[in-house]
Amino acid sequence: MASFIIRRLIASIFVLFAATFLMYLLTAYSGDPLEDLRQSNAPNKAELMEARTKLLNLDVPPPLRYFLWLGGLFRGDFGISIQGQPVNALLGNAITATLTLVTTATIVAIVLGITVGIVSALRQYTGFDYTVTLISFLFFSLPIFWVAVLLKQYGAIQLNNWLGDPVIAIPVIIVVSILSGLIWMSLVGGNWRRRLTVLGIAAVATGAVLAYLSATRWFADPSIGIVVYSALALGTAVGVTAISTGLRNRKALYASLIVAVLGIALYFPMMNYILNGMTLWFFVVLAVLAVVVSGAIGWFMGAPDRAPVVRTTAIVGFIVAGFIALEKYMSYWQLYANSSRVRGRPIATVGASTPGLGGNFWVQGIDLYTHLLLPTIAIILISFASYTRYSRASLLEVMNQDYIRTARAKGLTQRTVIVRHAFRNALIPITTIIAFDVGAIVGGAVITETVFGWTGMGRLFVTALGAHDPNPVMAFFVVTGTLAVIFNLIADLVYAALDPRIKVA
Amino acid sequence: MNTTVTKEESLDTQALSEISIEQKETEGLSQGQIVRRRFFRHRAALVSMIVLGFIIVLAFTSVGVSLWGLRIPGWWQYTWTEIPPKVNNGVPTLSLWPLQFGDHPFGQDEVGRDIFAVVMRGTQQSIMVMVIAGVVATVIGVVIGALAGYYRKWTDSVLMRFTDIIITIPLIVIGSVLGNTFGNLGAAVLGVVIGLFAWTTMARLVRGEFLTLREREFVDAARVSGARDRRIIFRHILPNAVGVIVVNATLLMAGAILLESALSFLGFGVQAPDTSLGKIVSDNQAAFSTRPWLFWWPGIFIIVIALCINFIGDGLRDAFDPRQKKMPSERAMARAARAKKPLSATAIDEAALTVSDAPDITDLARATDNSPVDPDDVARGPER
Repeated sequence: MASFIIRRLIASIFVLFAATFLMYLLTAYSGDPLEDLRQSNAPNKAELMEARTKLLNLDVPPPLRYFLWLGGLFRGDFGISIQGQPVNALLGNAITATLTLVTTATIVAIVLGITVGIVSALRQYTGFDYTVTLISFLFFSLPIFWVAVLLKQYGAIQLNNWLGDPVIAIPVIIVVSILSGLIWMSLVGGNWRRRLTVLGIAAVATGAVLAYLSATRWFADPSIGIVVYSALALGTAVGVTAISTGLRNRKALYASLIVAVLGIALYFPMMNYILNGMTLWFFVVLAVLAVVVSGAIGWFMGAPDRAPVVRTTAIVGFIVAGFIALEKYMSYWQLYANSSRVRGRPIATVGASTPGLGGNFWVQGIDLYTHLLLPTIAIILISFASYTRYSRASLLEVMNQDYIRTARAKGLTQRTVIVRHAFRNALIPITTIIAFDVGAIVGGAVITETVFGWTGMGRLFVTALGAHDPNPVMAFFVVTGTLAVIFNLIADLVYAALDPRIKVA
Repeated sequence: MNTTVTKEESLDTQALSEISIEQKETEGLSQGQIVRRRFFRHRAALVSMIVLGFIIVLAFTSVGVSLWGLRIPGWWQYTWTEIPPKVNNGVPTLSLWPLQFGDHPFGQDEVGRDIFAVVMRGTQQSIMVMVIAGVVATVIGVVIGALAGYYRKWTDSVLMRFTDIIITIPLIVIGSVLGNTFGNLGAAVLGVVIGLFAWTTMARLVRGEFLTLREREFVDAARVSGARDRRIIFRHILPNAVGVIVVNATLLMAGAILLESALSFLGFGVQAPDTSLGKIVSDNQAAFSTRPWLFWWPGIFIIVIALCINFIGDGLRDAFDPRQKKMPSERAMARAARAKKPLSATAIDEAALTVSDAPDITDLARATDNSPVDPDDVARGPER
């Protein structure tokens, strides 16, 4: 094992050196860093050119300049940009911005894609399956810059217009209700009577909720309210238990219900006292506390088989705490939307924050989310499709194995067969893809960042390349290339750890 | 007594029908004919091929071709550089009912250029990049993969480490760097440049194919009968790997057209005065609220071309994969099961008993469509 890792690491280091050398030459020959100065009319043009030549060692031929650059890299110095700024500082800011943007999008895309893929595989050859297949093909074929411009128009400009007077038109309510009914019908499946019942219930319920939201102008001042919150908390407890351990595990069910009730009891103290005057650290501490306390409840209730109960209650506690945080955010929505900087147009199209907004933790949070919304949707649309396809194919492969037949034959419930025997094994090949994508997070999203004016890694690369500025381009490549190589190795190791049939040697 | 007879009878008919189904599909057909049949049965792929063919013919005949100084005019009244006077502020004249095209079916831009002509030129460029990149990448990938997989040992090590070096650099990064250098030389050069770096997945897949195929008996047979390496590689192994190659080549092309449009959008692809679909979107994104048609038409053409190629790739995958069988839908199977009921009850019961060991139709349905997950396929996902 250790010798495998060492051998792979040594090979990777040589690959990286070769790749950076290739990249350095290509970047160096792709354009003249002095171009803007050559065309300028500045009186001290010659001096400026000489200064920059000296700064970037442009008088040294590129193959030799590479080694100068490499020497700097070993001292932890990425060099300076043509504007004279140290690249290390640029890189630090860019990585922070990119992590904020791409992490959320990647996680949501993974969760959503795997869920849809699994459901699609379980409902193979149904209308739902064919629709998902068609949609994922469509998403595969979408140019992201085109989607991004559409999102700016419909997701921001027109949505903001609508939020000024948030009344949902009757035809929209009808169409959305029927669509929701159809989706639920194809998800639940069954014979025609059951399908029609599901269609009817889902359509009427959706229609009623939408009509209520429209009539009370909910989107102008959104809130969950204690009644809906309680229902959500209890529903989460039951739902998570049903998937995680099955409702037959009474200990898990009661423990998660206790967690839910605890969350409901904490609603007023949280909203009125504890969550006021929040800081980021306190927020993180509270989130961890929620998970730990609910896990502890599971631990006390769960003997003798504690692990599944603790897992279930911890998930329930996390989700219920999330609902409280969401409710607190919502209570500041109106304040945010009507502030003098935002002026009733909350969904932003460019940048990472509203300049000069001020406000407390919650208002700042809402500001970040409104800026994240559109680029996140764009990235999710593009990466969601491949996760759907691969988790579907992977689960179908697993469902065809003999051990699934054995599990069925010994009378296990459908939930146990799917969650414990099929789903876990289906996740093994998907971890490889997840590892690649997590490694690619820091590389950012070149096109998305450009369209939405997000100054992350991708933007750093594009602007530097446009200005024929070699050092930021190389810094971008060193970071992304190294991470790609490392996560490639991690993918192999994780695969070997999860699948005992595979040995690394 | 009676039951045993029905049992045997049902067994016979069962075996007979299975053989006849198997044979009906492949009886007296060459491999190519079988593949072609399966492909044409994939309706989405067939429609996609027709649509793609229509788009190619439309794009190349309408505004004509201009390549290296050679200029063949097309049947459309405007060219992509001409600036006719603006009619009705450039609103598209295309209407579906009653069907009429008018003077400027896709509208005009701010200065009055005919958007139909511009989009057709952009489509030409994008298709050219796609085909050239696809051919170049396929040839390089197949050669490198075949050599590495056939000779193994140090040839394999050297070639695969070289592949690792190229694969470390994201395609959009290397595409931007090279597009920045070569973009002004036109679409053909851009296609070659993309192709020079997009072959890595193909090489890995072909190498994998070769590693398995070279151990097969027919390769040994060829070798003992004195065939040289070149003959074994190109005449014996390569035809057996053609499924993987063709499928991957189509996916590669779909990736190439999206990459080209993304590069042109970033300004590192095709340069003015020439145009491509990505560049049209990029030039006109600010005008979306006033002239949405400048934005819709090129985008729709990119999507339709990429979608068609993806569907054709899916059809080819089904056609080449012998595990794939066309399966009736769940509803059709239920209908067939209902139709079977009225037969004599004993015969059915016995038949059910005897065939319970054999895979039933639902098992078969489950057995299809299990294309294995290949991480190589996703090593280079869509550009974000």
